[in-house]
Amino acid sequence: MSDNLGTIVKNGLWENNVVFAQMLALCPTMAVTTSGTNGLGMGLATTAVLVVSNIIVSLIRKTVSDQVRIPVFVVIIATLVTVVDMALNAWLHELYKVLGLFIALIVVNCAILGRAEAFAVKSGVTASAVDGLAMGLGFTGALTLIGLIREFLGSGTLFAQASQLLGPGFSFLEVQVAGYGGALLMILPPGAFAVLGFLLAGKRILDDRLAARSVAATTPATA
Amino acid sequence: MNLDKIREKTGYQPLLLGLVALLASASLAWAAHATKDAIAAAEAKDLRDSLSQVLPPGFADNDLLGDTIELAQADGSKRLIYRSRKAGQLNGAVFKVEGKGYAGPIQILMAVDQEGRILGVRVLKHTETPGLGDKIDVGKGGWVKTFDGKSLDDPAPEQWAVKKDGGVFDQFAGATITPRAVVKAVKGGLEFFSQHKSEIEG
Repeated sequence: MSDNLGTIVKNGLWENNVVFAQMLALCPTMAVTTSGTNGLGMGLATTAVLVVSNIIVSLIRKTVSDQVRIPVFVVIIATLVTVVDMALNAWLHELYKVLGLFIALIVVNCAILGRAEAFAVKSGVTASAVDGLAMGLGFTGALTLIGLIREFLGSGTLFAQASQLLGPGFSFLEVQVAGYGGALLMILPPGAFAVLGFLLAGKRILDDRLAARSVAATTPATA
Repeated sequence: MNLDKIREKTGYQPLLLGLVALLASASLAWAAHATKDAIAAAEAKDLRDSLSQVLPPGFADNDLLGDTIELAQADGSKRLIYRSRKAGQLNGAVFKVEGKGYAGPIQILMAVDQEGRILGVRVLKHTETPGLGDKIDVGKGGWVKTFDGKSLDDPAPEQWAVKKDGGVFDQFAGATITPRAVVKAVKGGLEFFSQHKSEIEG
């Protein structure tokens, strides 16, 4: 994999997006995206763990032998998540009350072990940190987008309770569509599958268009 | 010998695993120790906040967390009662009840005054369906406030049920099990209070 930081960022955010391209971490994606705020919170917490776990794995990549690398990574990730969980509970208790149930879910997020295996174990510390950040933000973006769509169609709101997560200054984000009760289906699990399906199809179409355009743009030059 | 050769030795794997496990446990123990007091304080504050939510403002002037009594329930387990006082005079009791919801237990905190009237009911924790059953949460609807002022005689015992079952409490469209569980749990709490009134006062 290239160590070019720009490529890493582009990979994380779009080309190799955790949800839309790698199709990893679909369990938390389906479970928590009932609102934009939930998606954003889960994404940010995951990003924090992903960056730190990528850095640690990259630091010890020469010490860890191939045979036992998986248990070692799993123990590291589980420890990190538990520490984050306790620290949030102790010092950011208000935030913990909103995010609490998502934190433990990060342990089973295969995207984190996936990045440790696919990237951090082969790459330097800086590249791994950037990869963790980009992958995490790509994940956050995907979750927030799915959450916003489901929330809008399902409850007729956008970013409800965002001020609880981000602080009172962000209450301007909260939007309520007047006179629309919402379609319950979108909040329930089938809504998650439907929204994800349409978004995946949309990304495919967009990628195809982009590819076609770049072919069209390069053809005259090579002809 | 360089690291690459050591890494392949059989003895290296268990040693490495052991070391990682040791470091992980050590950092967990340290983190648990460092956060213990702050977490306990935050949880006590949460409890105090929810206690003050089920009691009308200015109802109690004592520290409810320091004035508790443990009573045995019918099934042998203990129930913790927080006693509210004004100027030293006992005027109510706050305790938790649990209902069997659609997707798991529903934890409810309720406050009752000396005459057995409900002062307030709040759902502390639940796993009900978002958009359906979660209207029992005070942040998502005012439904739990319909309990305020109710007692075992008002409405009559057979009307302590959701409307679908011939009672006085609203159910939600698409969710009957959840409000039914809450009504049943709150009624159970009132019965518990009337059975143990003398012990709570004592």
